[in-house]
Amino acid sequence: MKFPVEITVNGVKRRSEVEPRLLLVHYLRDVLEITGTHVGCETGICGACTVHLDDEAVKSCMVLAVQADGCSVTTVEGLASDGTLDDVQQGFWEEHGLQCGYCTPGLLMSAHDLLRKSPNPSAEEIRRAINGNLCRCTGYQTIVHSIQNAAQKMRAKKPAAAKQVQPAKLRTSKRKREQRRPATV
Amino acid sequence: MKNFELYEPSNVREAVATLVKIGPKAKVIGGGSDLVAGVMKDWVQGNGMPLPDALVDLSTIPQLKGIKVDKTGATIGAMTTLTEIVESKDLQKQFSLLTQAAHSVASPLIRNFGTLGGNINQRPRCWFYRGAEFNCYKKGGDFCYSVGGDNRYHAIIGGELCYIVHPSDTATALLALNAQAKIAGPRGDRTVPFDQYFIGPREDVLRENILKADEVMTEVFIPTPAPGTKQAWSKLKNRQVYDFAIVSVAAAFTTDASGNWADGRVVLGGVAPVPYRATNIENQLKGKNVKNSIKQAAATIRTAARPMSMNAYKVDVAQTMVERTILGALG
Ligand SMILES: Cc1cc2nc3c(=O)[nH]c(=O)nc-3n(C[C@H](O)[C@H](O)[C@H](O)COP(=O)(O)OP(=O)(O)OC[C@H]3O[C@@H](n4cnc5c(N)ncnc54)[C@H](O)[C@@H]3O)c2cc1C
Ligand code: SF4
Ligand code: FES
Ligand code: FES
Repeated sequence: MKFPVEITVNGVKRRSEVEPRLLLVHYLRDVLEITGTHVGCETGICGACTVHLDDEAVKSCMVLAVQADGCSVTTVEGLASDGTLDDVQQGFWEEHGLQCGYCTPGLLMSAHDLLRKSPNPSAEEIRRAINGNLCRCTGYQTIVHSIQNAAQKMRAKKPAAAKQVQPAKLRTSKRKREQRRPATV
Repeated sequence: MKNFELYEPSNVREAVATLVKIGPKAKVIGGGSDLVAGVMKDWVQGNGMPLPDALVDLSTIPQLKGIKVDKTGATIGAMTTLTEIVESKDLQKQFSLLTQAAHSVASPLIRNFGTLGGNINQRPRCWFYRGAEFNCYKKGGDFCYSVGGDNRYHAIIGGELCYIVHPSDTATALLALNAQAKIAGPRGDRTVPFDQYFIGPREDVLRENILKADEVMTEVFIPTPAPGTKQAWSKLKNRQVYDFAIVSVAAAFTTDASGNWADGRVVLGGVAPVPYRATNIENQLKGKNVKNSIKQAAATIRTAARPMSMNAYKVDVAQTMVERTILGALG
């Protein structure tokens, strides 16, 4: 039995019919063919599959596509605009925050989540915030530098906003009721 | 992954009705970080543990989400995410033990989606249990692979038949805070203190708590701690970043003006099939100067412990951590 889902991916509303067992990461990669989000372990360890679900970073290999129904999802493809890298991407570019690049899409999304909540993070805070993302190449040093670089760029643009910490929103399920399967059988 | 039917109830009554109708092959899902991404995707199954045919998604029930703090205590909906708990200023003020324990769970990416109900009710992490090819007692088989196998992370207290350790960090903290679970079922609501919530393998090897297949945990209530309650959490992991506890200690206690133990709880995670309340240690401390007596009191963990072939080190770790955590709480 397939379920209709409506998920806004990188600002575009997408409608599909999916099996309930389909993971969000496979929905993105195989159904929508948006393949910037990587799959490493598929068990919630590596963080290569990190995307934003309603603005919060989550591992898309642990989320069913049907659980994202009615939500908006941002993938690494949603960061750059008109071919211009965003500040976090630019930071990784300048500080060599990647080698093979496998972990990079996930790390960029985790970095964004951190910088939204804490615009001026210490190196220690950065290390804690990315501890769900594994990188086998860089040794993390350059990733920490990249995120510091990005933070600087973002603060330079929005000095006022940089002072106050933005707490995460309390996410309430806002999935669309009318398409839902009746609960009582 | 095996396919399944999905139900999206709009309230708790509907969720329970669905569980009753479908029977034990229906399971509720919170964030799914354990049930879907762990158990189902890895085909963890056996005679006593069939993979679910139907999932009842609780994320469509808004009433199950949120944190309310008043004079009597804190009420936290089962679908509240761990991130929401970590970021709650109200909880941090009076229930810092829970804040710290929740913060020590996994990584931000999992805390953003994983729920309190899912954390408390998650299945154990014994590596034989999680391996599809080991049909052990906990899955309805007739063998425990940890006895003759690699048991370095298994139980040192209370193992029998099965030697899992309870994996939940929040459960350990909630027991120390004398919290209780509110449960909804076909016969109405019931409230169960966490003291009675978790069960060991002797009572039922197939599950870790008293929740029945047709029941849902709806919220957790933590009574406001007595004024001056000291709270502390520590968790030893194999790696600096995210992992389950080798041993964790949650302590909440009061002292009188001269520093003597008045009342309180010491609970250990990672040592037993349930969050383990160390009443021996509490009794040893009662009425005594905490600073002077903690060393001797912590050593009583040795009399309760029955380590396995590869995990005697955990007894030393537990003893030291109890001592350090309580001294740390004294400041
Ligand atoms: C890489 C990794 C690291 C982890 N590290 C830790 C750690 O350090 N510490 C720790 O404590 N945990 C850890 N976890 C375990 C766990 O997945 C998360 O902590 C999370 O909180 C589980 O919540 P969930 O909502 O995703 O659970 P789900 O997967 O949705 O549910 C888990 C179980 O609880 C049941 N359940 C869920 N909600 C309810 C309810 N309201 N009533 C009754 N039953 C319910 C489900 O049926 C299921 O059996 C880790 C997991 C991973 C993958
Ligand atoms: S300790 Fe328990 S879960 Fe692990 S193999 Fe033995 S019976 Fe199975
Ligand atoms: S692919 Fe999702 S965490 Fe590794
Ligand atoms: S750059 Fe290769 S894994 Fe991080």
